[in-house]
Amino acid sequence: MTVVIDRVSGGGGDAPPPGGGHGPGLYQKRKAIYPKLVHGSFRRLKWGLMVVMLAIYYGTPWIRWPRPAGAPDQAVLIDFAHGRFYFFMFDLWPDEVYFITGLLVLAALGLFLTTAWLGRLWCGYACPQTVWTDLYLYVERLFEGDRNARMRLAKAGWGPNKIARKGAKHLVWLFIAAATGGAWIFYFEDAPTLFREFFAGEASVTAYFSFALLTFTTYSLAGTLREQVCIYMCPWPRIQGAMVDRHSLQVTYRYDRGEPRGPHRKGDPWTGRGDCIDCQACVVACPMGIDIRHGSQLECINCALCIDACDEIMVKVDRPTGLIGYDSDEAVTRRAAGKKAIYRPIRLRTVFYAAALIAVCSIMTWGFLQRTPYQLHVARDRNPLFVRLSDGAIRNSYSVKLVNRSYQPRTFHVTFGGVPVRLLQAPGLTPDRTGVNVTVASGEQRSIRLLATVPADRLTQALTPAEVTATVDDADAPVRTLAARTMFVSEGARK
Amino acid sequence: MSERERDDHSGVETTGHEWDGIKELDNPLPRWWLIVWYACIAFAIVYWVLFPAWPTLNGYTPGILGQSDRVNVANDMKALEAQRGAEGVMLEKASLEQIEKTPNLQAFAMAEGQAIFGNNCAPCHGAGGTGGKGYANLRDDVWLWGGQLADIEQTLKYGIRSGHPLARMSMMPSFGRDGLLKPQEVNDLTEYVVFLSHRAANSAAVARAAPIFAAQCAACHGPEGKGNQAVGAPNLTDSDWLYGSDRKSIHDQIWAAKGGVMPAWIDRLTPAQIKAVAVYVHVNSGGSGQATPVAEAAAPATDNTAAATPAAQ
Repeated sequence: MTVVIDRVSGGGGDAPPPGGGHGPGLYQKRKAIYPKLVHGSFRRLKWGLMVVMLAIYYGTPWIRWPRPAGAPDQAVLIDFAHGRFYFFMFDLWPDEVYFITGLLVLAALGLFLTTAWLGRLWCGYACPQTVWTDLYLYVERLFEGDRNARMRLAKAGWGPNKIARKGAKHLVWLFIAAATGGAWIFYFEDAPTLFREFFAGEASVTAYFSFALLTFTTYSLAGTLREQVCIYMCPWPRIQGAMVDRHSLQVTYRYDRGEPRGPHRKGDPWTGRGDCIDCQACVVACPMGIDIRHGSQLECINCALCIDACDEIMVKVDRPTGLIGYDSDEAVTRRAAGKKAIYRPIRLRTVFYAAALIAVCSIMTWGFLQRTPYQLHVARDRNPLFVRLSDGAIRNSYSVKLVNRSYQPRTFHVTFGGVPVRLLQAPGLTPDRTGVNVTVASGEQRSIRLLATVPADRLTQALTPAEVTATVDDADAPVRTLAARTMFVSEGARK
Repeated sequence: MSERERDDHSGVETTGHEWDGIKELDNPLPRWWLIVWYACIAFAIVYWVLFPAWPTLNGYTPGILGQSDRVNVANDMKALEAQRGAEGVMLEKASLEQIEKTPNLQAFAMAEGQAIFGNNCAPCHGAGGTGGKGYANLRDDVWLWGGQLADIEQTLKYGIRSGHPLARMSMMPSFGRDGLLKPQEVNDLTEYVVFLSHRAANSAAVARAAPIFAAQCAACHGPEGKGNQAVGAPNLTDSDWLYGSDRKSIHDQIWAAKGGVMPAWIDRLTPAQIKAVAVYVHVNSGGSGQATPVAEAAAPATDNTAAATPAAQ
């Protein structure tokens, strides 16, 4: 049933909107949220995860990883200037960006799987917005106290106390923001060097600009915008709506147990009523400012803090904990109907995501095992397709590119097979009877011209498949002989 | 008076739009979004003042920062030229052989040479350098004036019959037109040239022409007709023909000789640029500069004489 209302005429005869939360208007004033500190296993888990994740973020650029031949010794470094991505024992070149793409696909599939299975795990525990907001709230409590004290302070007039507390909070916030922006730039240049340059005023404009930008976004997103980011800016809540279903385990108010809710005085019987005493503990603890008892909703980031808040109360009123907990809509509905709850962690959706995840993992692993620091590319000249020499023999020209990504200079023995070559030429080099040796410096690529001459009477077709191989003098390489298929084109092509 | 419908589940008004039963809720925007919008407008006004923004009748408002993409591009081009100049100096200092043997220099010369070749040489010699009738093929093993690096550089610098004092210079006489030989003798000579290039020819005519060839042609083309690169006389025994291989083309050339002209590039290109093109042409021709003898190619077991025979064969 729908209620027809008149917004423009200002309520001519109609009752004011029932419980809509806002009156008629185009813009909504933001409701301030003062989340109350809770204690419990999820809060402890989140503190632990926050420490680990912040340590990873701030600490990673300072890990050293020795590399030979003058390469940077920073374990994780995105070196735009030289086109390298160093990650511990791996170093990726720009043309290997598909490994990064693969990682992103893995991350996406991982999110799909965890969301279908356990709801918005990412939003609740791992998203930087959640982690930094949690940290900023911690600082806020440090200076302004818990929920009630903060609300009092917000209402109080401006005086020395308020100025001191708010000022100190914002100073610490700014410091954290600056440290966050500062840590970001260390991923792109040698951290100790940049640290010194940064304070000496010698770092690049890009470094200072990135620092300023990340400082600003950290301060504004974690300090002031908070839940607005999740509700209005982030696309993920909408996307996740398509991934969770009735069997997903989400932070859920078990209304089968809680209803009918109502205030409860000590000593009153618990028969004929639900366990929810309507104490609002879950609501005041919520960093998103919502009521979990309304069920699964867009604003809920599944941070699980309401579970701790409710458990604290349940212990106090001597009822079993877990009125709010990880549960599925299906299970709750079935219990409410007096049936046995069923859980289906393995269902088409999760199986499909898991299969896709395993498939991409396998492809990535295979790709990594096949990865060799050496590469061979062959491009046959297309103008001219071939050259007829004075004695009638046919010559084809090829550009052969050899890449040496190892930390030592390497010599490749390049051969040309598939056609009876009479003469192999590589201008600037001296071919021997079997091919030509090409030395490529460490971390370099080298292009050579390869000209193969075949007597016309030895060619039976216009297009003869040919192959260029390059054998590298590195006994430890995963693939020692690289091969590239190409064609040998002759007169017949014109017929 | 428009009336709004309220969704009874969420308590929010709808926009009144409906798609297959799905209705759009009309949630109000957060107020800070409005503020961000005003901030964008303020930014735009500041931008108009600082940067080129509005078109006027005769141009545009330049903005007080003086930003101009045209000036930026011009500066970038200048920087690029300075950089190329530095690399050009490297080409100038090194010898042609050094350029060809040093990987970085060869790569630079090939890239530079390709661009210069495309701009200056391709109109006659073709983008691929394969030439055409009257224009030499630079990709094969036949060289009228020599295919060593130094030969190519000299031809590039001074040209052929270009009018430059140091140009490659030679002129084949027009035997028929100028009455040096009788028409029958020109016909006989044509048969003789066909015979030289290992094709079937009238043996009587060949016999008649042999003394004429020795007297008139051997001075430049050699007693065996193998040519002489010092005077740009082509080898008549191979299968490469600048003006055509059929009897009529050969006859026409003996009757009224054509001599192609290549300009001197010394005044148009820098020495470094000429070196780059010389290396480019030399590398693309295989880098040997030696014509493969016909006898060797005609031998059946040619594989044994190869400089390189892949083990796979």
